[in-house]
Amino acid sequence: MLQAFPWQSLIGGLLLGVSATMLLLFNGKIAGISGIVSGLFSAPKKGDYSWRVLFFSGMVFGGFLTVYILGLDIPTIEGVSMWGIVAAGLLVGIGTRLGNGCTSGHGICGIGRLSKRSIVATCVFMFVAGLTVLVRLHLL
Amino acid sequence: MNKNIVRGVALISGVLFGCGMAISGLIDPSKVTGFLDITGNWDPSLAFVMGGALIVFMPSYFLLIKPRKQSVSGDELCIPTNKRIDRRLLSGAAIFGLGWGIAGVCPGPSVASLALGNIGMVLFFAAMVVGSLFTKLFVNGNRINQSSKLRVN
Repeated sequence: MLQAFPWQSLIGGLLLGVSATMLLLFNGKIAGISGIVSGLFSAPKKGDYSWRVLFFSGMVFGGFLTVYILGLDIPTIEGVSMWGIVAAGLLVGIGTRLGNGCTSGHGICGIGRLSKRSIVATCVFMFVAGLTVLVRLHLL
Repeated sequence: MNKNIVRGVALISGVLFGCGMAISGLIDPSKVTGFLDITGNWDPSLAFVMGGALIVFMPSYFLLIKPRKQSVSGDELCIPTNKRIDRRLLSGAAIFGLGWGIAGVCPGPSVASLALGNIGMVLFFAAMVVGSLFTKLFVNGNRINQSSKLRVN
């Protein structure tokens, strides 16, 4: 039973919570990854750019370091064609800009503030993602 | 001084976020697919990621952040004020869910795995940036024009 408990997921989640708290408490910024990334590739507003570059670089480095130190498998997208990956990426990019957030912005920071908008958005994207996996794995 | 706080915090919180993505397993598309596969061989462990994040973030927000007028560095607290649950939010969330379900990747994991050299993940990231810029330029841009027109009228 002790081994079955997903400690790694819980610890990883706690780290995400600490990170989101730090960024909002000290810098006043919401840790929404889709928003941070889209701001990186848009015309920078004064004083609204360097923190994005630093957070983004930190994330890339943190992911790299953890996978190597813990000897985790390098993540790969399995069972999806190249065009499937491109389509999925486009949909995620379009959807997160239309809906103003993703798993982090709505799922953690929004729900954490008890924002109704984020609670609704999270339910919708979880439901649709679950449905998509159902169709992909069991019906196609 | 304040600039140093802002930069240091941005970097450290970014590193923590990347570590969290990897340790939790959210970075692994097959694990995410297993979590979303509720009717199949469901792996519920990723629910603990959101649970763990909320255990920390929710009380910190209500006890430490919400009572403040500004952030510790002196910058304003950029907290979303939009409360409308409209078609745009719902369709955006649904489109995002569709993409998330196809590949098992959301924005956080795609960033955290960029330096690991997997072509599929890099391709996903590139497509995501293109989709996001396209939406910002054409859809959100038009919307802003429309609403400013309405205001002028």
